[in-house]
Amino acid sequence: MSEQKPRADHKVRARFRAISDGAATGLAVLATLLVVTPLVAIFAYLLYKGASSLSWAFFTQIPKPEGEEGGGMANAIVGSAVLLALASLIGVPVGIGGGIYLAEFGRGTRLANAVRFTADVLNGVPSIVMGISIYALIVYHQRRFSAFSGGVALGVMMIPTVTRTTEEMLLMVPHAVREAALALGVPNWRSVLSITVRTASPGIITGCMLAFARVAGETAPLIFTAFGNSNWSVNLNQPIAALPLQIYIYAISPYDEQHKLAWAGALVLIILIVLAVSLVRFVASRGVLKGAS
Amino acid sequence: MGVGIEVTNLNAWYGTNHTLQDINLNIPANHATALIGPSGCGKSTFVRCLNRMHETNPIARVTGLVRIGDLDIYKDAKPVEIRRRVGMVFQRPNPFPTMSIFDNVAAGLKLNGYSNRRSLDEIVERSLKDSALWDEVKDDLKKKSGASLSGGQQQRLCIARALAVDPEVLLMDEPASALDPVSTSKIEDLIFQLKSQYTIVIVTHNMQQAARVAEKTGFFLNGRMVEFDSTHKIFTNPSDKRTEDYITGRFG
Repeated sequence: MSEQKPRADHKVRARFRAISDGAATGLAVLATLLVVTPLVAIFAYLLYKGASSLSWAFFTQIPKPEGEEGGGMANAIVGSAVLLALASLIGVPVGIGGGIYLAEFGRGTRLANAVRFTADVLNGVPSIVMGISIYALIVYHQRRFSAFSGGVALGVMMIPTVTRTTEEMLLMVPHAVREAALALGVPNWRSVLSITVRTASPGIITGCMLAFARVAGETAPLIFTAFGNSNWSVNLNQPIAALPLQIYIYAISPYDEQHKLAWAGALVLIILIVLAVSLVRFVASRGVLKGAS
Repeated sequence: MGVGIEVTNLNAWYGTNHTLQDINLNIPANHATALIGPSGCGKSTFVRCLNRMHETNPIARVTGLVRIGDLDIYKDAKPVEIRRRVGMVFQRPNPFPTMSIFDNVAAGLKLNGYSNRRSLDEIVERSLKDSALWDEVKDDLKKKSGASLSGGQQQRLCIARALAVDPEVLLMDEPASALDPVSTSKIEDLIFQLKSQYTIVIVTHNMQQAARVAEKTGFFLNGRMVEFDSTHKIFTNPSDKRTEDYITGRFG
């Protein structure tokens, strides 16, 4: 047997592996940079354009009439909070319930397939269409724009994202964990709620946060529903202000002062979304034990 | 106390696959009974028929009579009641990953609506002592997740979890096959101690293990039970040629 040749061959191969390993790592780093760059760029630009207009008044005052200096978005910040709370109240329970049905109870049934298909289609419905639909279903009959209809529009938009992520996360729970519960004499429904859902909860929470963050910045579904309001209002039966709407109104106005406020509003919107998501993650992670996977 | 198990004409299917054919045997109370045989011979399916876990698979089907104590398990009771009386330990340790060690052991009771805290503490302590895990985990009961333990500890945690609901029978489906030799011998010691209180049925690939822990051994082949006798007789003087071929390593 000749020793020389395989060894040389081995060296070449090792070299090739080292090069391809380096290339793959380089590509991964490049891809990461490409993902992060726009995020950082947008945030930096918002800071540059908006930070100078942030003041105490921005968070405490309502918008001034057109042409006047000053004013803030206090009503829009509170309005967005009301709308998102209402949307989450609708989107999270319905979405999670749907996901549990798809993954645990309806698996393989015709109804489940129909629900899954509908959720996917709903996910692709343009947000302006959602606004018009809720307008036709609620606003038209109530004969007024309202915070309620806006919350419903956003809530319905959350449902498909929450449903599908919940389903995916539940399906990732190992079969062995379900069997362990059943073998203890735990009824199936109880096992699903207390074991499977609990095991999948970090992923389910992530899905809810994704849906929340997505609708938090939606403008189109609110144009025909929440409508916007330049005064204070937290009445669910009245039009309500929302940050994205206020940003939209200011951004298309002819006044330079309002353009600046629009930038500040965009900055605040992003910061508030990040804060809300971080808060939920912090609260959710407090119960996690040492070594839990 | 453990109770005996009487199996008459048991047949089981997965879809059209006839996995178990006409099984008849009597498993004695308060003894360890080992089931051996090559992969796919039906021994796992058999134990899953004893606590009605077999039927959790939608394509599975079962016929025949299984009496545990005085209970005809396919007639007299619901699956959940059977499973509280017949505990099960699986091949791979499967603690509930998001639960603390304490909650893992208490799970069977808590999820069945049992909530007396003081006696829950006692039951958890006794179960962990019975599974020889107490000394290793008593300081982190509520701080650490069940998933943070080593594989061998996780398996003893699963045994404690099964014992906490106070079953009469303990089914063990290759409980040591995913463990290292030290953990394996701990599990075997445990089986030795537990069989005074429980009827134990253990499926194993490891023939030495069967010889070490069990008084009775059954040999399964291709969905049939070839031979069932005292462990000593199976390993020294089997009646059936196929049993002899298997234990001498001629196949399987």
